[in-house]
Amino acid sequence: MKTAIIKYNAGNTRSVLFALERLGVEATVTDDPEELKSADKVIFPGVGEASTAMAYLRERKLDTLIKDLKQPVLGICLGMQLLCKHSEENDTDCIGVFDLDVKKFQSPVENLLKIPQIGWNNITGLHSVIFEHVGQNDYMYFVHSYFAELGPETTAIANYVINYSAALQKDNFYAVQFHPEKSAQSGQNIIESFLRL
Amino acid sequence: MLTKRIIPCLDIKDGRTVKGVNFENIRDAGDPIELGALYAEQGADELVFLDITATNERRKTLAELVTRIARHVNIPFTVGGGISSVEDVSVLLNSGADKVSVNTAAFKNPQLLNELSREFGSQCIVLAIDTRFEEGDWFVYLNGGRVKTDIRTADWAKEAVDRGAGEILLTSMNNDGTKQGFALDITGRLSQSLHVPVIASGGAGTMEHFSDVFEKAGADAALAASIFHYKEMEIPDLKNYLYKRGIQIRF
Repeated sequence: MKTAIIKYNAGNTRSVLFALERLGVEATVTDDPEELKSADKVIFPGVGEASTAMAYLRERKLDTLIKDLKQPVLGICLGMQLLCKHSEENDTDCIGVFDLDVKKFQSPVENLLKIPQIGWNNITGLHSVIFEHVGQNDYMYFVHSYFAELGPETTAIANYVINYSAALQKDNFYAVQFHPEKSAQSGQNIIESFLRL
Repeated sequence: MLTKRIIPCLDIKDGRTVKGVNFENIRDAGDPIELGALYAEQGADELVFLDITATNERRKTLAELVTRIARHVNIPFTVGGGISSVEDVSVLLNSGADKVSVNTAAFKNPQLLNELSREFGSQCIVLAIDTRFEEGDWFVYLNGGRVKTDIRTADWAKEAVDRGAGEILLTSMNNDGTKQGFALDITGRLSQSLHVPVIASGGAGTMEHFSDVFEKAGADAALAASIFHYKEMEIPDLKNYLYKRGIQIRF
């Protein structure tokens, strides 16, 4: 099995590589179109800012390439947000696999809501094969200031004053807002389920 | 719901875990990677590794140590100690650290916080402050608590957040090593006045100290070292206690 991690200017690729390594899986980090297209699984990680990341992807035509991928794709954190239609972060048009908007958390009262959300939050309403070995209400590690709203493609819900999409799925595209590579055993189980698709 | 975090801190000197009392009298407490992996397994929510040799002595092996930690530990961890440039941070993040903490260098060059948050995002920039209460207020100390400043902790924390610090790691020097409890007043002040998470550090001795710092001071996370290293308190027991008190905790 060939697992490829998309190389771009907003990757936390090292952590994802190590998580795969703990599962005994070797992956390549690449932005080569042929390598990405021919991989069995593609992981689209991300920590960073949306507009800079999209500009980088567009320049290399990776945005259309990602949208056209046919094998299972896993978007993580910013990777998930970039798979949505639009992000409020610097008013950025994104790849648009998911017909959803990405918005910024708003504190209802000053300083009540710490932004970014940093830490462990539980996920509910799970209905995706990648959550096969995860319990309802299991805790995942989140670090983000922007969130994807709820929609028909939502496969897990988290709450941070409001309910939002902790995970999405459409066809071959899977996406999680949290960091499975940093979410202890539960996160590891999600990556394993994805690799088994 | 977002949980409160329990964060064991591992002070590193020459590749070993050590712990001082009141910032001095350093004792050996074992291999940092073994300890880190053990804490992760026991339910620690995050880890902090502070290279306490960094400010005074040169270190080349920290990046290698970070990579070894990242390979073995499946929870987030922060690395700090002597970080003074965008290049330092870039090396550590690329080695596998999830966050970095900056202290003295950011105080001396506050612009560093703007640069770091622009380059890497606020979410991975932790500002560490060592603070001591004297003459009626809390003041910032530098260089591992050795150098006093006349800047008030609340003022520096606010400026740092405005410049892009994504979290504050607040260590009370009055409380550190005493096991008499966290500094609830300054922790509470920062927690209520800042829109970023505050990690309380220094003084943990009993489980009640943890529930106090969460309930009374509103801390987002609590950090401790020696009580975990010397097995005076086990993380699962602590989490069980906090859960029974109705505090949001991850199991």
